[in-house]
Order: sequence, then structure tokens, then C-alpha cells
Amino acid sequence: MLGKTLKELSEALNKKEFSSAELTQFYLDRISKYDGEICAYNYINENVINQAKAVDEKRAKGETLPVYAGIPMALKDLIIQKDMPATCSSKILEGFVPPFQGTAAQLLEDAGFLCLGKLSMDEFAMGSSNETAYRKKTRNPWDTSRVPGGSSGGSAASVAAGLTTFALGSDTGGSIRQPASLCGITGMKPTYGRVSRFGLIAFASSLDQIGPMTSNISDNAAILSVIGKYDKKDSTSLNVAQEDYAKYLTGDVKGMKIGVPKEYFAEGIAPDVRECVNKAIKAYEGMGCEIVEISMPHTEYAVATYYIIATAEASSNLGRYDGIRFGFRADADNLKDMFYESRSQGFGDEVKRRIMLGTYVLSAGYYDAYYIKAQKVRTLIKQDFVNAFEKVDAIICPTSPTTAFKAGEKMSDPLQMYLSDINTISLNLYGGCGLSMPCGFGADGMPVGVQLLGKYFDEGRLYNLAYAFEQQAKLPVMPEKLK
Amino acid sequence: MSYEPVIGLEVHVQMSTDSKIFCTCSNKFGAEPNTNVCPVCLGMPGVLPVLNEKVVEYTVKAGLALNCQIRSKSVFARKNYFYPDLPKAYQISQYELPICEHGYIDIELEDGTQKRIGITRIHIEEDAGKLNHEAGCSLVDLNRTGTPLMEIVSEPDLRSAEEAKAYLMKLKTILEYVEVSDCNMEEGSMRCDANVSIRPDSNAPFGTRAEIKNVNSFRNVERAIKYEQKRQEKVLNEGGKIVQETRLFNADTGITASMRGKEDAHDYRYFPDPDLVPIVLEDKFIDDLKAWMPELPDAKLARFMSEYGLSGMDADFLVSAKAYGQYFEQAVKAHNNPKAVCNWIMGELMRRLNDKQCTIFEAGISPENLAEIVKLIDEGKISGNIAKQVFDETAETGKKPADIVAEKGLVQNSNEDELEAIVKQVLDANPAETERFKGGEVKLQGFFMGQIMKASKGKANPAVVAPLLKKLTS
Ligand SMILES: [Zn+2]
Repeated sequence: MLGKTLKELSEALNKKEFSSAELTQFYLDRISKYDGEICAYNYINENVINQAKAVDEKRAKGETLPVYAGIPMALKDLIIQKDMPATCSSKILEGFVPPFQGTAAQLLEDAGFLCLGKLSMDEFAMGSSNETAYRKKTRNPWDTSRVPGGSSGGSAASVAAGLTTFALGSDTGGSIRQPASLCGITGMKPTYGRVSRFGLIAFASSLDQIGPMTSNISDNAAILSVIGKYDKKDSTSLNVAQEDYAKYLTGDVKGMKIGVPKEYFAEGIAPDVRECVNKAIKAYEGMGCEIVEISMPHTEYAVATYYIIATAEASSNLGRYDGIRFGFRADADNLKDMFYESRSQGFGDEVKRRIMLGTYVLSAGYYDAYYIKAQKVRTLIKQDFVNAFEKVDAIICPTSPTTAFKAGEKMSDPLQMYLSDINTISLNLYGGCGLSMPCGFGADGMPVGVQLLGKYFDEGRLYNLAYAFEQQAKLPVMPEKLK
Repeated sequence: MSYEPVIGLEVHVQMSTDSKIFCTCSNKFGAEPNTNVCPVCLGMPGVLPVLNEKVVEYTVKAGLALNCQIRSKSVFARKNYFYPDLPKAYQISQYELPICEHGYIDIELEDGTQKRIGITRIHIEEDAGKLNHEAGCSLVDLNRTGTPLMEIVSEPDLRSAEEAKAYLMKLKTILEYVEVSDCNMEEGSMRCDANVSIRPDSNAPFGTRAEIKNVNSFRNVERAIKYEQKRQEKVLNEGGKIVQETRLFNADTGITASMRGKEDAHDYRYFPDPDLVPIVLEDKFIDDLKAWMPELPDAKLARFMSEYGLSGMDADFLVSAKAYGQYFEQAVKAHNNPKAVCNWIMGELMRRLNDKQCTIFEAGISPENLAEIVKLIDEGKISGNIAKQVFDETAETGKKPADIVAEKGLVQNSNEDELEAIVKQVLDANPAETERFKGGEVKLQGFFMGQIMKASKGKANPAVVAPLLKKLTS
């Protein structure tokens, strides 16, 4: 059952090669076998096997079923699935079970998918290694002494380790693409407004976007076709027609112009990463693409800009965790102490650091110097992309400056950690789409990812490019020991 | 030393939309605690606000009625602070780009002159929940969370507590006219904060102001401002300095007490709400609302005076509530005696409204029936006294006044022969008074008229009786 695309699984289920219950049990078994070491799951849905049996019964009766009926998948633990805990890997949300359904989960359910469970992440999506998670600090399936990246580390690791068919993640500054790169899978951050944020627990509202994390391009395109739908419940969702991205997977990329921004190949990029990405660029050249060197001059300000805007929004978004209505509450004698203690004990260090930073940049007297200035720089960074896309169809660059690093290596140095996202952050500030896919292995044997960046609602083109490369490169997508 | 007060009001008005501002929950007052709530207004993780378009419509209506400029683009901002009645720990409001700006209201002063009070801005925001304090605990009721509010901020143009009250009453009237709120201060659908400072004379720069919170009736606005004015005068006269602070008005004691000083003032860390897109209004939207606008109190007042020949005082009363004017015009349409109809509304009908605590259209007397009563008087069919009886009967039974008059034989007696007999009978029964009356004691006129009415069971037409009485005693 491993290694099949969603389309193949769907066909196999329809041909009754195996049942949904068998498929689901297969994944549950793999989870019990491997997740003790990988630590991807925050929560496992005990009811999923019954749900699978119910689908099998319907199938046996010949009922008309949705395309992906009975295929199990998993969600990052900040995506709301009704009646399943949603903790954001934070102590402060322990015990919170949302009584409502999120849009992405609903669309997956409508398409027939079953939810295996909720996947670990950096606490409130703040981190690049999954080490800020309160409980499950997920490890990289290729080498469990290493991190899977973050913040969608659980999602990336579970897909890479075959503990789910695919997963949804979320990307605020690279949180889908960077772990996808470090775990050797494919992750797409869709255009801002493509996927509804209703049911996505907010980190930074103007940057957050849900996206698919899969072991191949065709699955990724299939899932975005399901969840990329206008939603009235999200005022920032854009009323753009839903697409079937499968139609873009032609293998023909001849004549496409691909930009190589020199700022994304700066000093911090490890030589082995650079080498792998350059090979991918060569491959595109070989497929008839025109490679164009471009410049995005404001890239150097992206990390600073991002950490002002994202933390400002987060400081406000995370205000609701006050111990009053849900989640963790500390004992205290009075209201003020209860607020203070609940938040002090409930949030981890990285979250507190970002709340403080965000509070500071919005404070009277600092607002103009930081928040307003950052918004202005954001406009310049957007303009870099607009200018670039006048010359090229897509941009190619390394996703992460290095392969997966050792657990604990960067935890004591937040700035080093923030630089892991140096190549992914700008895209969120612009709002376009971006995809990371495997392009080889580093000197340490760990996966290297290459990133394709596109303009607004140009996911189809990225899938086309990615698919063409995938078909040619034929890289292993899972560590041998886990097969 | 005497001082001049400088007052500006910030008025929060709950809009009477069917649903809340960012979710589909009911916006009705008075439900069981925490029943009109959903994940959105509870601020649960993962939810998003979606703006109720009616809220924009209502605010623009208010803005047009208050002579404001309407912004074609306005932006929601988050006002961040922690409080148990604020589930998201931020209130969605408007800060830098409010939807309406630069308006005014004309108020009438006691000397009859008009004064223009500037309106700085009107912005849209969501209401917070409510804390119910009980012995040993505080209970949170989030029904009110997400009720749409407009905050109407005046310029510091008011110069007395009376002016402030007049402004507030005029504001309430206008907002009722455009049907955006019931402006019920008791139920909290209209709440007021007052910024008060004093200065030695009207040319001096503004003094340091105190913000008075929690002023929730027209009477209390006056009381709170007067108290605060006196308090500040006392401080200055004793050589002290006014400090910028927020003070809370206590309606029981009538005094204001310091709530927090400037140094404890919240830093609300306003920033544009990334979950909402700017409100962009097309000209057509605004033009359609302009076309919809009803006649407003000032225009109606002028028209009532010119069209119906009413005095300023009468017309003022009739426009003080939209329904009064509607009722009046309906009645006048049925019987064209505006002055008399107005008197009946201001007299008997208002008395009944006070007794029954009901609205004018619920009092049991339709405008047509009131008009009929006035018509019966005008035609000489019933006397004023009988008319009051008919009024009560109509109100209680809903019967037509003419039918009551016919049924009960209440038609006024104007027959000279019959009335002369009654007058004679009364004079004969009171010989002493008759002598004195003939001797020039004119004040006995009332006594005789009363006796004659009594003898005729109230049906004697005074206009016929008076000359008869004169004739028979001269
Ligand atoms: Zn609600």
C-alpha cells in the first residue's frame, strides 16, 4: 500500500484490492511501530477504524462514494477537525476540543478522507525544528538524531515515514516548505487567499496559509484541488475558481522562463545544498527551460520584516489564551494573577519571546519605527516579486540553507534558528505560492529540497514544473529502513 | 473664581440589526446568559470574523443623518487589552480610518437660540460581554459580545451639562428617526462617556480633562457633568491641579471617583485587523441610502410650523419622537385641526402613555379615532368634558367615538329652549348666589356654569349656555 498515489489508492479501493479498513489499519500499525521514535502524532483518532469500516459497508452496498472515500490522512495540530483535540503543541491548549468544523477539514471530509489524527508541530507554529513542541518533539525519519524542520515537522515526518498517506500543514514563513525539504517530501504553500483560514488556529493572520504535504507531486496537486476553494467564512479568502491541478501535470515545460535570484544563493547556503539545487536548475535547462539570473534586492530585509509583522499579529492572536474559557488555567488568588500565571506557565519560551517582541513593536512610541516601517518594507519586498515575475514565469532556489540539523543544535540561538527560513520567508510577505520538493541528498545523506516560487494563483505552473522534474529525477522518497 | 466647562461626549450606540456584527448569532437583548453565542463570538481558536453588511448600512445612515462625510474606504483595527468579558483579548474597532467623519448636530439652547455641535467621527466596533458580579464570584455572559456598536464622538463644543443633555437627546431622536437603534439607555443600548475640563473664560485654552465613564441616563449625564465641574472648580480654587485621568460615575452617590490615572492608561496597541478587508463603499451604495433617508427632526419641525401653523413648542414636542409626528399627521389627515389634535396628543394621550407605559400606537386610540373626537367637538356635538369620557371609553373598548356618543346619548345639548329651562332651574335653586351675581360678583360665573353642566349631565353646550346665563341675570 505504501508508495501508491492517492489516485492509485482510490482505484485500488474501488477495485476492492484492499478495503478501507485494511488500509487504515496498515497506517495505524505503522504508527504503533514507528511513531514511538519519530513522535509525529499528538493525537490518534481511535474511531478511525470504525469510520473506515463504515465506508467499506457503503462501498459493499454499491453506494456512490466521493473519490477519496476511506483514505486516511492526518492534520497538523492547528487545523481544526471537529471533536478532535487541537493543541498547537502547546500546554495552554491542552484539553481544548473544538466544537465546530474547520473548512479545510470539511472539504477533505467531503472528498471522503478519514482523519487518522493530529500531528505535532512547533508550539503555535513558532519554530523551525519542531523542538518548541510542548510534548512531541518530532524527529527526522531519515536520521532520528536530527530535526524534521518546522513548524509543520510532524506533518513532514509522518509523510516521509509513511505514517499517513499525506498531511496538511501550514506555512507562515516557510513552515510547510522547510520541513518538506528537510524530510525529503513535497510541500506547497498556496497563494494567500487560496485555502480558507477558517479552522486554522492563527499565528500571523496576514501570512498563514494551509497547504498539502505529500510524497509526490500528483498527490499534492490532487489535495490542493480539494481544499483550494473560496470560503465565505474567511474574509481574506479570494473568490477565484477552484481548479483541478492534475491537468497541469504534463511533463512539458519547454520554453518556460525560470529565474535564479542571486540573493537566494548567498553565503549561508551550504555547498552540498547549492550543488543539488544547481543540478536541478541544469535539469530544467535540459528540459528546454530558459534560465534567467535575476535580482531581488530587498531580500536581506525579509527576516527582520517578517519577525516584526508576524510577531505583532501573533501577540494579538494569542491574547485569547487567558485561562478563562478553554485550555490550561493556572490556580491563582485573583484575576490578574490568573491571567499572568496561566500564560506564564502555559506558553513555552519561544512563544513568549515572540509575544513580547510583537507587543513591543506595536507599543505606543515604537509602532511607527517598527510596525509601520516593516509594512513599508513588505511593500518593497512584494515589488521585488512583481518585478521578477515580469521577467520570469517562476523562481528557483534552495528551500533551506542546510539539510536537517541535529536536535538541540540551534535551540540556544534563536537568530540561527530564524535564518533557517531565510529563503522561505519573503514569499509569505509577498503572498504568492511556493513549493518545495526533493532534489537530492547532502553530504550527510539527508534530503535536500529545491523551491519553486510563483505568482498569485499560479500553483498550476509550479505543479507542472515540479512534476516534470520529479519524473526525470526519480529520487527515493522514503528511508529504506522504513519500507 | 468661576469657570467655563468644556465638554465632549463619546456615545456608544448598539445597532438594532437582527444578527451580530461578525457572526450570525441573534442580536436580541434579554436572552438567557450565554445562549446567543457561537465559536466566532466566543473567540475560539481558529475562527474568523465576517462583517455583517447591515452594520455598514446602519452606520452610514447614522452618518448621513448626522451630516457626516462618509469615507469610501475605512479600515478595522484591533484594540488589544485583557478583560474577562473580551474573549479574543482584542476588540475589533476602527482607529485611523473611521467610516464617518466631520458631522454636526444643531441643538436648541434654553434661550431659544441654536448651537451647532461638531461630530468628530463615527466608527464601527463590536461590543464586549458582560460581567455579573455575585457574592464571591463574577459570572461572564457573552450574549452581548459582538453586538454591533457605533461610537459617536463629539467635538468639545458643549459648554454646560444642560447642553450635553440636549445634545444627547437630539442624538437619540435622530438615531431613532433613521431606525438604527432603539437608543434605550436603561437597557444599555445607548451609553455615554463624558470628557470634562474647565477654564477661566471662553478665550482661555482648554484645561486638563477627565474622562467620566459609565453615565447611563439623560439625568445622570447632567448630574455627572455638574458634579465633575464642581469638583474641578474646587480643586483649582484650592490651588490644586487637575490631573488627566479616567473617573467612574456612581449613580447611587452622584459622585465621580478616580478609576485610573494617565500613567496607568492602557496602551491598546491598535493595528489594522489582518482578518478583515477594508470597507470599500461605492457611490451608489451611499446614494441609495441618501435617497432612503426619512425627513429628519429639524426639517420636520420647520414643516410642522409652516404647514400646520403650530407653535415652536408644539412642533418641537411632535418631532421629539418619530412616532409622535407620524401619529399627528395621520390624525390631521382624518380631521384637519392641527392645533387641537396636537393638544390632545400632548394632553390626554401622553397621560395615557405614562399610565400604561406603552408606545403611542399601542395606547388603544388610533389617530383616526382621536381625529374623530376632535371632529365631534368641532362640530359642537360633544363638549370637551364629554370628549375626555369618550376618549377613555374608546381607548378601553376600541369602539368608534361617534358610536359611543350615540349609544350613550352623549350628544351635546345646544337647544336654547331646553337649556334656558335648566338655567332658570339653577338660578331658582340658588337665590342668594343669584343675587350676588346680579350685584356684580363675576367670579360666580364658574359656579353657575358648573351647576348648569351638572344639571345637564355634562351635555349643555357652554357656548349656548353662557349668553343665556347673561341674559337671565341682567
Ligand atoms: Zn456568534
